[in-house]
Amino acid sequence: MTRRPVACAVLLLTTIGTGCKHASTSASTLKPTATGVAIVVSSGDKQTAPTGSVLTNPLVVQVNDDQGNSVTGALVEFHGPAGVLFDPAAVLTDSSGQATTAVRLGTIGGLYEVTATTPGKAHPVTLQIAETALGYQQQLGSILQDKYCSRCHNPESSAAQVSNYDNLAVKPHAFNDGQTLNKMSNADLLSIIQHGGPALNRSALMPPYGNTLSPTDVQAIIAYIRVMADPPYRPAGTVYEQK
Amino acid sequence: MKSVKQLISSVWRALFGDTMRAFAIVSVILMLTLAIAPAKDHFSQWHRYQNGYLSMISDRGDAISLRRRFEPGIQQIWHPEIGVVDRCETCHEGLKEASLADVTTQPFRKHPVIPHPLDRYGCTICHRGQGPATTVEEAHDSKLAGVDPILPARYIESGCGQCHQNALTGTPQLNLGRQYLAQYGCVNCHMVKTPDGTVMKATDNPPSLEHIADKTTRDWIFTWLKNPQAYAASATMPNYKLSDADASDLSAFLISSSKPQAGDVDATIIPAAKNADPSAGASLYGESFCATCHAVQNAAGNLVGGDVGPELTRVGNKVKPAWLQAWIENPRVYDEHTLMPHYRFTPQQVAMLTGYLMSKSDSDYSTDAHLGTATPAQIAHGRKLVVELGCAACHTINGVKKPDNFAPDLSQIGSKPLAQLIFLPGMKQTLPTYIASKIKDPGSFGPAMKMPQVPVTDAQREALTTALLSLSDRSQTMPDKLRIAGFHQTTYEPAGHAGKLMADLACMSCHRINGHGSDMAPDLSYEGSAVQAQWLDSFLKNPNTLRPALTRRMPRFNLSDADRKTLTDYIMVAYQSPAIDPDKAPPAVNPPALVEQGRQLFYSKYACQSCHTANTNTDKGYIGPVLAQVGTRLQPAWIYAWLKNPQALRPGTIEPNQNISDEDARAMTAFLMTLKSAGKQEGKQ
Ligand code: HEC
Repeated sequence: MTRRPVACAVLLLTTIGTGCKHASTSASTLKPTATGVAIVVSSGDKQTAPTGSVLTNPLVVQVNDDQGNSVTGALVEFHGPAGVLFDPAAVLTDSSGQATTAVRLGTIGGLYEVTATTPGKAHPVTLQIAETALGYQQQLGSILQDKYCSRCHNPESSAAQVSNYDNLAVKPHAFNDGQTLNKMSNADLLSIIQHGGPALNRSALMPPYGNTLSPTDVQAIIAYIRVMADPPYRPAGTVYEQK
Repeated sequence: MKSVKQLISSVWRALFGDTMRAFAIVSVILMLTLAIAPAKDHFSQWHRYQNGYLSMISDRGDAISLRRRFEPGIQQIWHPEIGVVDRCETCHEGLKEASLADVTTQPFRKHPVIPHPLDRYGCTICHRGQGPATTVEEAHDSKLAGVDPILPARYIESGCGQCHQNALTGTPQLNLGRQYLAQYGCVNCHMVKTPDGTVMKATDNPPSLEHIADKTTRDWIFTWLKNPQAYAASATMPNYKLSDADASDLSAFLISSSKPQAGDVDATIIPAAKNADPSAGASLYGESFCATCHAVQNAAGNLVGGDVGPELTRVGNKVKPAWLQAWIENPRVYDEHTLMPHYRFTPQQVAMLTGYLMSKSDSDYSTDAHLGTATPAQIAHGRKLVVELGCAACHTINGVKKPDNFAPDLSQIGSKPLAQLIFLPGMKQTLPTYIASKIKDPGSFGPAMKMPQVPVTDAQREALTTALLSLSDRSQTMPDKLRIAGFHQTTYEPAGHAGKLMADLACMSCHRINGHGSDMAPDLSYEGSAVQAQWLDSFLKNPNTLRPALTRRMPRFNLSDADRKTLTDYIMVAYQSPAIDPDKAPPAVNPPALVEQGRQLFYSKYACQSCHTANTNTDKGYIGPVLAQVGTRLQPAWIYAWLKNPQALRPGTIEPNQNISDEDARAMTAFLMTLKSAGKQEGKQ
């Protein structure tokens, strides 16, 4: 009897990359004038956006030579799982060695691993970049947690939303803290959100939301916590026995 | 010839020579004919998908239960009253199977979680496409029917908008799109009648141009018309891409049609304004919370401030100092309906603010067009352009009537037949593409196109397209029981002297009362049940902020004692909550034991200090209002009712309803009522 892991959505999304469609620019019409040996992210990774929408900030990667200096005119090609569109899908690095593309996410919610590849001197060099697409439920969760929870759970302060994290005697965890939250079952999350910290013998600084948020709302927040988890959330039960 | 005849007759004899043989042959033909239909099914696309589904589930752990729920043959959802005949589930077999969430090969994936059961409304109501079709191409691309291909996922919220006229939490894109239709003034020119029968109103408040010459110069108007966004990046006025001559003629007409504002400007302040220290003006600008509504670009190029009023980054390049000073003194003289409050600044303050704002100018922004005096020909041509371009659809202009139905009605744009649209060569022939391209670059559809290019980002355009797509035929014919009404402003206005005062102070530019007004600041409909009269009076005198983390704040108006009393008396009487019975109010003063019990509950059982500060020395909670003086601010009956059910008093508040018992609520009310301001306690002693 062989055991065969049936990969969860996260993994499949990364492996069916061959299906990607290219936007107008094709690599063949570009004439690279240089090659680099390394490729790094400048900005635009780890963004979150609704399914099917364009990420707020473009994805910017930089090609470097073996000295670590940026390379101008090197070819960069972007690939992603089926449904992900890049505009442009292939581009030459600009005078600061950077290649910029707008990323439209696919129609399935989850973690997307996209790649940026440059031909390199001896062999192609590839960089993996992670972005997250939110389906309806996860997006609803995102909006709700932003209103009700993030002031305590997100330690980052902004002008529009000043964090209350530092004022709490017991520190909550950020919702993308997969290390901690992946270990909690859905039932535990439901329980602490609906009945407050004391329901799990934790601090009363975590208020109960069972009378304020509907069960659907709480499920949506849990779906959001799951999709944001870093490292990714892999629920038990994705391993099936082959018949 | 003969041989052919012989051949036929021999074949005939071979087949039908005797009865037995003839019977057998006819039976075979009949059987074959009968087999055509099942065979067609067997070789059909959907049958292949169903087989594919069966083989996909066969090596899954839950294959047995999946197979039990599998239904062979054509599957159909039929809802005549909303016009749904959907056979999508024939191929999309796994839509309702929770365990297939990890499948990424279509058409077998589970449908993501949505708020409705999948069978209730079918698929095409949101996704569009051809429901009754049974081939992939016809269902999704519908080349044959020529209408309604599958909707790209990014517009999917338009489906929700067909029934939900209200703003749902889960449809941010649709909500924004609807907001933009009003905010960018689209509905000034286009009629949009929402399915619940109301006509959408614009919220962009385009200024009246009746007295424009008081406010600014012809040169500025010219420069603005050439490129509004060069003056203020946030301007919603579209760039009409006018030629120099047209812009010049338009400015000539606008200045010549302007009539001087009645009432004269107090000329004595102007010299004072020139001498006013801009830094003093800057702090007054800050203290008056002008930034709640007006934005200014900072050194880093970011806009800081609200978008209720116009951006002020280069206001010094635009307005005449005398006009600005009169405006700050009392904006209602120039524009009776302005959202801006009449602050009642002292002459000294008016001078300081005028000086400060006039210093907000940009030497790189030149308005030196040197247009000089206009000729009658220029003015006449300018007037013609005003009529042609429909300027009066948004702005009030002397001598030009507001045109009716200047642009096409968009109430049913979301299902406009493709046959009625003119696509540009190379354009994808779908409705969303058409709408988005039209918004993006109306000029590309021909030079005769009067529609201007609205200054929106790509994301805003997608939101606008979503909102327009939701205005479908179906949304108009939806049965009433399925339609959820949107929020519509009531016509409530406060009455009497207090009402006049409140209009002058523009309270409802920020607050909502009895369904009328904005939702920027707390709803005041029940304010009289909530606060104590004395506190309200001192708050109006000097509004200190209750929520330290808020950037939007209540401004301070120089109100006279009598005006404050009028307002306080009116609010205390008129804005009472029916949910609170003043006769059953818990006492304001309580035995120490109960107070102590309340304190314990506050800090341990309910841990209110996580969001609130009751004791400024020890507590740090920063989300809810500071409660250190709540005993002088709120009435005990309100505190009690609030603890019992905050959402009943203020729907949507983030204060969690903790299901607090009567006893606990009474004890915490007793505790909170002891938290008084120092001044108050001294006063009592
Ligand atoms: C007033 C601050 C506050 C707010 C608001 C708040 N929480 Fe918490 N939360 C906490 C604190 C403090 C803890 C840690 C309790 C402990 O570990 O004893 C916590 C813990 C949790 C936990 C357990 C995991 C962890 O971080 O330790 C979850 C899950 C959680 N909160 C979800 C939510 C959700 C969902 C919301 C919004 C609906 C929310 N919280 C709003 C303060 C808050």
